[in-house]
Amino acid sequence: MARKLLLGNINVPGIHTFDVYRQHGGYRAVEKALKTMTPDAVVEEVKTSGLRGRGGAGFPTGMKWSFLAKPEGRERYLVCNADESEPGTFKDRYLMTHIPHLLVEGMIVSSFALGAKTSYIYVRGEMMPQIRILERAIAEAKNAGFLGKNILGSGYDLELYVQPGGGAYICGEETALIESLEGKRGNPRIKPPFPAISGVWACPTVVNNVETIAAVVPIINDGGEEYAKVGNGRSTGTKLISASGNLNKPGVYEIELGLPVEEFIYSEEYCGGIANGKRLKAVVAGGSSVPILPANLILKTINGQPRLMSYESLSDGGFQTGSMLGSGGFIAFDEDQCIVRNTWNFARFYHHESCGQCSPCREGTGWMEKVLHNLENGHGKMSDIDLLVDVSKKIEGNTICPLGDAAAWPVASAIRHFRDEFEWHITNSKTAMEQNYGLANYADPLPKLEEVTSQN
Amino acid sequence: MLSVTEQKEIEFSADLISKFEEIVTRYPEGKQKSALLPILHLVQAEYGWISLEAMDKIAAFLQIQAIEVYEVATFYTMFFMRPQGKFVLEVCRTGPCCLVGAEKIMHHIEKTLGVKEGEVTADGNFSWRGVECLAACGMAPVLQIGPEYTFYEHLTEESVDKLIENLKNKI
Repeated sequence: MARKLLLGNINVPGIHTFDVYRQHGGYRAVEKALKTMTPDAVVEEVKTSGLRGRGGAGFPTGMKWSFLAKPEGRERYLVCNADESEPGTFKDRYLMTHIPHLLVEGMIVSSFALGAKTSYIYVRGEMMPQIRILERAIAEAKNAGFLGKNILGSGYDLELYVQPGGGAYICGEETALIESLEGKRGNPRIKPPFPAISGVWACPTVVNNVETIAAVVPIINDGGEEYAKVGNGRSTGTKLISASGNLNKPGVYEIELGLPVEEFIYSEEYCGGIANGKRLKAVVAGGSSVPILPANLILKTINGQPRLMSYESLSDGGFQTGSMLGSGGFIAFDEDQCIVRNTWNFARFYHHESCGQCSPCREGTGWMEKVLHNLENGHGKMSDIDLLVDVSKKIEGNTICPLGDAAAWPVASAIRHFRDEFEWHITNSKTAMEQNYGLANYADPLPKLEEVTSQN
Repeated sequence: MLSVTEQKEIEFSADLISKFEEIVTRYPEGKQKSALLPILHLVQAEYGWISLEAMDKIAAFLQIQAIEVYEVATFYTMFFMRPQGKFVLEVCRTGPCCLVGAEKIMHHIEKTLGVKEGEVTADGNFSWRGVECLAACGMAPVLQIGPEYTFYEHLTEESVDKLIENLKNKI
């Protein structure tokens, strides 16, 4: 059995309550940090752990914390990003629903490390039940003296609040989230200045994902070195993977980073294989934004090495033949799924969620959606395929925030790996309305790299 | 969703106002605008939608310009700018849900309720719409119903029928 650093107690009855959570070792990290450590020592421990941001970007958390400006007489803020909206990702919902005190505990320790006296958990508005759960957990923690004035007699004060979003994917981008917390439209800000210098209300701010904050608890309990022993190379620790799509056992799994993708999909401990006895056609491994890979390339890298669930292995081969770990939103497609239809669906999503600030994204996402809609509905032209690639390239890298890239990558990668299927939709437009392209050669043994590159 | 509908004179209850006041205390002095999203949620929970009238009153309470409320209320997709059915069924329509039949569920709801997406049934009880990823892909297909945003998972045509029946009994 793999080590569970976050969800080890998830099945304990009543673990969502303060008393049960405490009986199972909860809030030890707060005691240890506030009574025996300095804030800087907590930051150092997180640096040693090698923890990387779990929201999608994978930036080292300790380094992000060390960038926080600390001018005299200015408030600093920690904001937890619980605006979980990346299609395919639902781990934060799971964590907040079942073990909310882990997040509250992580928030207290992390706020202490950063010197924040007020912290916020920004939860997407649709998660109203989770907002209630967190508010209750915060009240319980406060009642027990873990929040409020002079926590555990340490002299450290902290208030923790839950802030609801309003239904906007873009608010998962940290500067858009900050704008939203200020009561504004979620339009991302131009960086620099980075939030570490000027964030919420122009004060130094750190924004971290739910899972990142939760991981601080085992790091402080067991030490950063212990945490770094789990995992694989620079992918230290465990990761929550949200598994969805055509799997026998979709759900949230805590894995040790470095687990082979094949084992994750097919073993009984995890997803238990593809549903209804079908064959795997493709996988989006890290949330809808990351490049989609055909079955053969998700199971093995282009060099024939087993593909692992880690930051490095999933991105092995770059975008030509690899993808990204992203948020850990693992979406499996069986042989009956239509890649063109799914690409259109994702394109519609990004068009819907574009904040409209930057022209390449605002106009480009709508354009891609329209062209893909035509392709899917039998009105495509062969030149549309290159048009899509062209538009996606003109969005990528040309916008204030990464939503533009996130919209471009799924389209570009679908064409990169499934061009045959797109062409078939054009040459067989009538048939394509009635049946799917099927598995084709997408699960076949890997071609040589030269063959892959020559197709693009 | 940019058009707004008129609503007759409204008055926020003392209870609602006291909730607004508590929310404002969560932010530093002078940063009361941050209370806008939580307040919009409370107003929508109370009236089922957010009228121009309500937005003007919120602006007055927060001491901000009315446009600051309009631009926010119309940006975020959870806020309704016109009256909805008593129950609004919001079905996730994004990729992972569609892999396991969300489109079929939406067609079934459309047929069962007899209204198109965004429309309200003649009795005023139901409306429905497709929404983007609800972060519940492992329980797909899913739908939610405000103002509590109760979640219904692993939907089938039968479970949707049962749900609509149960909701009718609540009316």
